[in-house]
Amino acid sequence: MSDQKYKFLSQPRRVVEDRRFVVGKGRYIADYDHADMAHVALLACHLPAATIDDIDTSAALAMPGVIDVVTGAELAAAIGPLMNGLDTPNVRRYPLAVGQVRYAGEWVCAVIAESRAVAEDAAEKIRLQTTALPFVLDSEQALQEDSPPVHPDHQSNVLLDKQFVWGSVDDDFAKADHQLSFSVVWGRNSTVPIETFGVVAEWNVWEQILDIRASVQMPKYADQIARALGLAGNQVRVHYDIDVGGSYGVKRGIKHAVLTGYLARKLHRPVRLIEDRLENMRAGDAHGPERKFDISVAFDQDGTVRSMKMRALDNAGAYAGRAPFQLGKPIGAIVGPYRIGSVAYQAISVTTNKAVQEAVRGFGQAPTNYAIETAIDRVAAYLQMDRLALRQHNLIRADEFPYLIPSGSTYDSGDYHQVIDKVLAAAEYPKLVARCAELRNSGMMAGIGIAACLEPSGGNSSFEPLLNENNQTTTWMESCQINIDALGTVIARIHTTSSGQGHETLVSTVIGEVLEIEPDSIRVTRPNSLESLPGNSPVGSRMAIMLGGAAARAAEKLKHKIITIAAHQLQCDAATLRYQGGTTYAADGRSFSWDDVVELAHRQIHGLPDGMDPGLASFDIMQVPTGGALPKDDKVQMYPCYSFEFHLVLVAFDPVIGKPEIHAYTIGHDCGTVINPAIVSGMTYGGIAHGIGAALLEEFAYDESGQLMTQSFLDYLMPSSHEVPDIQLVKHCTPSPHTVFGQKGSGESGYLGAPAAISSAINHAVSGMDIHFTSLPIRMSVISDAIANANRSDK
Amino acid sequence: MNITLDINGKATTASIEPRLTLLDFLRDVAGLKGTHAGCEHGVCGACTVLLDGDAVRSCLVLAAQAEGSHITTIEAVDGADRQPGELSIIQDAFCETHGLQCGYCTPGMVLAAKTLLQHTPAPSREDVREAISGNICRCTGYVQIVDAIMLAAERLQGRNQPADGA
Repeated sequence: MSDQKYKFLSQPRRVVEDRRFVVGKGRYIADYDHADMAHVALLACHLPAATIDDIDTSAALAMPGVIDVVTGAELAAAIGPLMNGLDTPNVRRYPLAVGQVRYAGEWVCAVIAESRAVAEDAAEKIRLQTTALPFVLDSEQALQEDSPPVHPDHQSNVLLDKQFVWGSVDDDFAKADHQLSFSVVWGRNSTVPIETFGVVAEWNVWEQILDIRASVQMPKYADQIARALGLAGNQVRVHYDIDVGGSYGVKRGIKHAVLTGYLARKLHRPVRLIEDRLENMRAGDAHGPERKFDISVAFDQDGTVRSMKMRALDNAGAYAGRAPFQLGKPIGAIVGPYRIGSVAYQAISVTTNKAVQEAVRGFGQAPTNYAIETAIDRVAAYLQMDRLALRQHNLIRADEFPYLIPSGSTYDSGDYHQVIDKVLAAAEYPKLVARCAELRNSGMMAGIGIAACLEPSGGNSSFEPLLNENNQTTTWMESCQINIDALGTVIARIHTTSSGQGHETLVSTVIGEVLEIEPDSIRVTRPNSLESLPGNSPVGSRMAIMLGGAAARAAEKLKHKIITIAAHQLQCDAATLRYQGGTTYAADGRSFSWDDVVELAHRQIHGLPDGMDPGLASFDIMQVPTGGALPKDDKVQMYPCYSFEFHLVLVAFDPVIGKPEIHAYTIGHDCGTVINPAIVSGMTYGGIAHGIGAALLEEFAYDESGQLMTQSFLDYLMPSSHEVPDIQLVKHCTPSPHTVFGQKGSGESGYLGAPAAISSAINHAVSGMDIHFTSLPIRMSVISDAIANANRSDK
Repeated sequence: MNITLDINGKATTASIEPRLTLLDFLRDVAGLKGTHAGCEHGVCGACTVLLDGDAVRSCLVLAAQAEGSHITTIEAVDGADRQPGELSIIQDAFCETHGLQCGYCTPGMVLAAKTLLQHTPAPSREDVREAISGNICRCTGYVQIVDAIMLAAERLQGRNQPADGA
């Protein structure tokens, strides 16, 4: 932004974290050494479902260098189950399989040895006797009454089945000119960070403290570890100064920490578990949503979409965790950016004999956006209307904000039409259409993809009480502490690990803006959980809003104290003073400097106003703006802020080979006030890359026998620099009225619309052939086969 | 077996198991933690180091195979002409464009960039994409990495030009 409303905010600034990373001096978990370290390797069972009949560990234990072998039965007797988000007490999860294996690759034994290599060798010596059980992989089959229950004690595979009706759905369907129905499937993929999950646990028996260092991104991690291990909360110390080598939601690592915590206490050794790639891919609790949508939409001849019915069936894998809540977040943007007047939504989550699903970037919003955008494209095709014009007709208009959607959330702000206009201009839309035609004339299949969608951000975790009435969560706070020391330098404390989001830069920029001092002079530290205020980690696209908000509010408190001290010294009414660059000025030209205030606050309480505490410290525990209420009538305000993105892509492929290539990609992005432009653009490009993977390449694919076929990077394909094109980013800023600077979230940007846009483009390319690609990823083999079949049946 | 490796110009001798990879030798024996394990099967490129000047995946090289070669890791890339705390031109360019986020793939990217720019001082964006296509980044979508390497190329070429007015 060039208007210079801000001195540091929104300005091009380097990211302070980058310096240590470019020289290889990040502090990742695998870099943490300890002379006495014991290492863990896991024995996995290859069957998707089986009873564990016997485990003979004698040969493994006899090997030199082997310290211990632990089974699920031992763990279950000693610790509590891991936390469930839903009321499913009979879906118990422990770090190792207890009595029964529920997916291929599930960990059965942990081997602890003097080195990881010895632990792996020893794991091969364990004799595991099992009896295969019937299993279920498909979510629709898992719903059937005769389906083998993944958890026999739970008696069914249904974790969640909740029906919502918001508004007069039946009436709207009856009155609409037309309706259509279709199904789409979001394939099981994930963010697959290049660093696997890792944790080191150390038990200090003399102080009775369990130290946990982990590559984690998990809310309330220390609490969950303490509960499972039966420790007091203040006996678990999670260290937040570990750099996380990518997460994008998935690095929850709760079973890993509970396992190593148990082992560290039992063995009185520091214990380290760093997943290898195989452990990570098939059993790291790191798969994303796998979701089938059945959708009906009711619409009029003029293109007005009146109502939508959506059934979302999610395959959670073998255990519950927080995964079912990923059906809840999309409720906060269930109509996308459109004026759809009523919605029926059925959210179903089932267990199957696949690996465990955990939170992934967007927390279920990207699949839902893909379903909504497919609906809009289908309506356009049905009415033979232009897809852009149909969107523009149905989009919420700028003058309609704040806009209440049927499911109870009010969108804060936006100007969707203007963002789209800017994208069309930047992409030179008529030329893009002409390029598409040229490609078609040259014998290629080519299509233009369009997607408009929202990024709900800064959430209150309101989906928890909405989906589980015994869960009364109404806050999802974040905190920041600031201290100005006796030399006048500023130290800010944040209470989370980071996995590339640049939180140190975020906080120093915000505090620098408020206090009007150079951000790079501010030191940002990350203490451990025992020295921290409440927080909820960087989930739900919330840190610009919540950590940025808490930092700004804490800084405002300090600024107020500085001005109050100056007013006392200058014997003026504080309201008449002007604060600038750390110095406080009176109307008559006198001033009181930063150093003067520091000197008084730290050494001369006799110079402070009566009753004022010494020192210059503040903190803020910030509640989510717009949050705090429990659901009523199945409605609740879910998120305070709604970022908007509009994708326009040109994709072409050879009809025989079927390999889609992206010839042009433009995204319009409005996340309100931007704090650091390079961080936001980087996240948006990265989100698009991840979306390209989800649309075309990435899938945890299981064969009929329940084996994961894509468990290495040779099979689980991710976009390289060849698959991700140069991307044209068109910026727009509609500030949010709810946040300190008008900022909204951007941690999930790009990913939320890219899969829909690419699917839209490929389907546009084949629109003359009566082919619909309804399942992601759309692999090149799927494309070429479909075209070959269509050509064959033409003849 | 006993081996001696020339790492960043320094001889490191150790008694190792023959199966030890160069990656594990660098990290666990030589204590150089800037080289990162990603997939450990040669796909992701996070463990990239220079072997006699060329980028290789240290997870696919046995430590014993590297005896007699010059190995350069991120800790010493362009190290000879830099003061402590001073970034190389390539590293500085990554900071300038924010060509990274979590930093885990970054050492491999920097080394891949160095190899490219040694052979191709004035690369096209396509040349850069080709050079880093064996290094997977999950954060950035590569756009700002390509920007960084293009900027580094420009600055490296400019380094030998007379300054304005000189």
